[in-house]
Amino acid sequence: MATGDLALSQEQGAISAETRVINEFSINVATVNGSGSQSANSVLLKSIFGMGVPVSGKNLFPSNIAGLPTWYTIRASKGGYVARKRDPEILIALNPETARQDILDLPASGVAIYEENLNLKQYRDDVTCYPVPFDKITAAICPEAKLRKLVRNMVYVGVVAQLLAIDLGVVESGLRKQFAKKQKVFELNFSAVKAGFDYAQEKFTKNDPYFIERMNQTAGKIVVDGNAACGMGAVFAGVTVVAWYPITPSTSVVEATADLLKKFRVTPEGKATFAVVQAEDELAAIGMVLGAGWAGARSMTATSGPGISLMTEFSGLGYYAEIPGVIIDVQRTGPSTGMPTRTQQSDLLSVAFLSHGDTRHIVLLPGSVKECFELTYAAFDLAERLQTPVFVLSDLDLGMNNWMSDPFDYPTTPLDRGKVLTKEDLDRLGGFARYRDVDGDSIGWRTLPGTLHPKAAYFTRGSGHNDAAGYTEKPDEYVALMERLVRKFESARKLVPQPVIVKDGSSKIGFLAFGSTDFALRESLDQISKEHGQSVDYMRIRAYPFAHEIHDFVASHERVYVVEQNRDGQLASLLKLDLPAEQVVKLRSILHYNGLPVDARTITEEFATKEGL
Amino acid sequence: MATAIANGATGPKLNHIGLPVVEYRGGKSTLCAGCGHNAISERIIDAMFEMGVQPERVMKMSGIGCSSKSPAYFMNRSHSFNSVHGRMPSVSTGAILANHTMTTIGVSGDGDTASIGMGQFVHLLRRNLPMIYIIEDNGVYGLTKGQFSATADLGSKLKTGVINDLPAIDTCALAIQLGATFVGRSFSGDKKQLLAMLKAAIAHKGTVMLDVISPCVTFNDHEGSTKSYKFMQENDEPINEIGFVASFDDIEVDYDSGQVYDVEMHDGSSLRLRKLLEDYDPTDKANAVRTLMESHASNEILTGVFYINTEQPTFIDLLNVVDEPLATLPESLTRPPKSALDALMANLR
Repeated sequence: MATGDLALSQEQGAISAETRVINEFSINVATVNGSGSQSANSVLLKSIFGMGVPVSGKNLFPSNIAGLPTWYTIRASKGGYVARKRDPEILIALNPETARQDILDLPASGVAIYEENLNLKQYRDDVTCYPVPFDKITAAICPEAKLRKLVRNMVYVGVVAQLLAIDLGVVESGLRKQFAKKQKVFELNFSAVKAGFDYAQEKFTKNDPYFIERMNQTAGKIVVDGNAACGMGAVFAGVTVVAWYPITPSTSVVEATADLLKKFRVTPEGKATFAVVQAEDELAAIGMVLGAGWAGARSMTATSGPGISLMTEFSGLGYYAEIPGVIIDVQRTGPSTGMPTRTQQSDLLSVAFLSHGDTRHIVLLPGSVKECFELTYAAFDLAERLQTPVFVLSDLDLGMNNWMSDPFDYPTTPLDRGKVLTKEDLDRLGGFARYRDVDGDSIGWRTLPGTLHPKAAYFTRGSGHNDAAGYTEKPDEYVALMERLVRKFESARKLVPQPVIVKDGSSKIGFLAFGSTDFALRESLDQISKEHGQSVDYMRIRAYPFAHEIHDFVASHERVYVVEQNRDGQLASLLKLDLPAEQVVKLRSILHYNGLPVDARTITEEFATKEGL
Repeated sequence: MATAIANGATGPKLNHIGLPVVEYRGGKSTLCAGCGHNAISERIIDAMFEMGVQPERVMKMSGIGCSSKSPAYFMNRSHSFNSVHGRMPSVSTGAILANHTMTTIGVSGDGDTASIGMGQFVHLLRRNLPMIYIIEDNGVYGLTKGQFSATADLGSKLKTGVINDLPAIDTCALAIQLGATFVGRSFSGDKKQLLAMLKAAIAHKGTVMLDVISPCVTFNDHEGSTKSYKFMQENDEPINEIGFVASFDDIEVDYDSGQVYDVEMHDGSSLRLRKLLEDYDPTDKANAVRTLMESHASNEILTGVFYINTEQPTFIDLLNVVDEPLATLPESLTRPPKSALDALMANLR
């Protein structure tokens, strides 16, 4: 596109071709929460994506409606690294409150774009400064004062596009997509982009090395957040009952699900083939999920830490009375209210054993947006097959941020509705015992309310029950049932998503991780290889109970680093309960839990320290 | 009874779907002999039998407590879910969302409802969830041996001599205010009133909230208790006499006197409420609540149908779901086609 090329040619005097940093840097946009910067950030991200450059975005926001500082980091990476980068090179400072600290945080030879009157140049003489009169530019193109706050952010998109040599046509089409059905809004916003672009072109001489150049690494890829992906997984799994209580960062799971249901699941007569209920609290949400699962619906809730705590008692009932249901936990920083808008992987242990009494739950651990889709989908099949609540552990980083991904694949297998007896089955069998293991797979047959057979009914209870679902306090009947539940859980090791061997060579050292840690860990492996000449192996765990392969992986390495985003090494602890004693000593932890998504540099440094490199 | 017909000369009576009452029975009760709850179970059996409800089309729900055990003592041919303490409303909501074609009856107690379960109870009422919600109300915790519950009346005395110094929660007044569309109070010892009320409850579409005073013979049936058999026999003040004629009963209902209030139920049944309290109008919400509040001062325990509204849409109506149960919809209706996913993916590029 001519405009981009023009911009580039203008700068060639200042930056030589050799010193250019192309498609490998991070941008930190510092704004005020509630100022409407989200659209601008999204357009900038999609513009880089549109240039064919792998890109990721992270919203580091406060627990606040409006007024507090918020940061959005956009990382362009020709190497395809999408984890958070610890030190973004380019700052866009639009928040006077944090501007001083923001520019002080820049690495040497960084870049700062800021509102002119903040006069940030005074704090750093080792960064390239581009002061922009955002307010003046905005006022000139937007006569309506009340719209200026929103449009102002688009000005920086134009400035950045010009400075980084992003094709203005790509920005335009990204913007058009963003405001698909609102032509006027599009026009106003594009005029702001254009004004920023023109200003930069006229006033600045490019003095920094950062450029976006066209690549072909995003062709066929999609950009989506994990919560939307979970919603899609639920809808393509045929969810029919959704009960939930709003909680950050899981709210958009249900919002996405509800939008899709309205789109795809209304009959020609205008009737819904689904029910979405905003419950009075998380206790009620999980109660509704289990009530619906018991009566035969595919039911789901989505929540986060505090909601999980409230679901404790019902989770035990679901486990013991063997009722299907899907619970998506988008983890945030705990304990208690914690830092609600910051990420962590710290619910693993509590979810694995959620309940009083001896309880173990199936926990699926998606490590990408694609797996948010696939594992949510799988959770419904597993819940009905194994007749138990199934938890999907996502996190804020995965759930609320935009990720580049391969498109999702349509499921190739029919829905697995599990072992349900019909009237015809009962006519043939003459009756059944709800919790009897007739097939040797430790899973009984169930019936649904409304099955028109005199022997169809059974009594579901959280109190002691025998294999015919009758009340019991007999020691042997209680123990027999509890042992069958253990066997059922054991059999789940083979049914749950198996671990992914990312790298398995001949190294003595292995890494284990789960969920969103994957992005940073993959990058770290490359750093370790490049900087320390070490090739280490890596297996990513995708479910609890642990597949046997995980035991084999630990057994075949001398030392295994378990990398996770919590204080107490929860995955390591869970592994220690599962592994033979002689393997346990091999485990050591690399932990990151400050609320920010883990970055590769942190892992690499910690590994080097622990290995004495 | 007009609803039961003789099966030949010697066989048991069959109802209009051809089932004898024994098909509505449950397991042997493990509650105390003389417990009011057992009488309520009997009335539920009678009502379901006389209304000719197919037992397999019923879901029995409960929470935790003596009352919540009772679904095991009626209707063995119905699916039952004895859930967790105070949470029967949410489990019932889920089950009804999954299959709204069922008749759902929930049995709770005063502790299960008015203390631990209050949060879910009020939201069930607010949603007008189509189900029958019975509080077997004895004012006392039985399984933990005799603590006051939140429905115990002010000044009521425990066996140990402890006096209740907190006001009772009137679950009926609450239910009327919060959106239940059929609200009544009865007494486990009043067979006729309770049976008629239950039959009307089965015919109603929406939340039926019945507070049934059900004396606890072990912990709360002594002198000084306001939930004892004796106290109820002396202080039970029916506000109306309930006559119920089922839709399948071929009985002409005559609408003559100003002393009756006739309600046509949505299934075509008729509910006739003969006024015992002067000018009591069971469709007047504000008056119903005022009448109940005023009765608290007079030591009278009002019983009868306090409020009925047959017009209000239920939660299922509001959700506008398909007629078939969501639980058993075929995959062709619940999983969107590949083209749907392809379109979504194209939009994310």
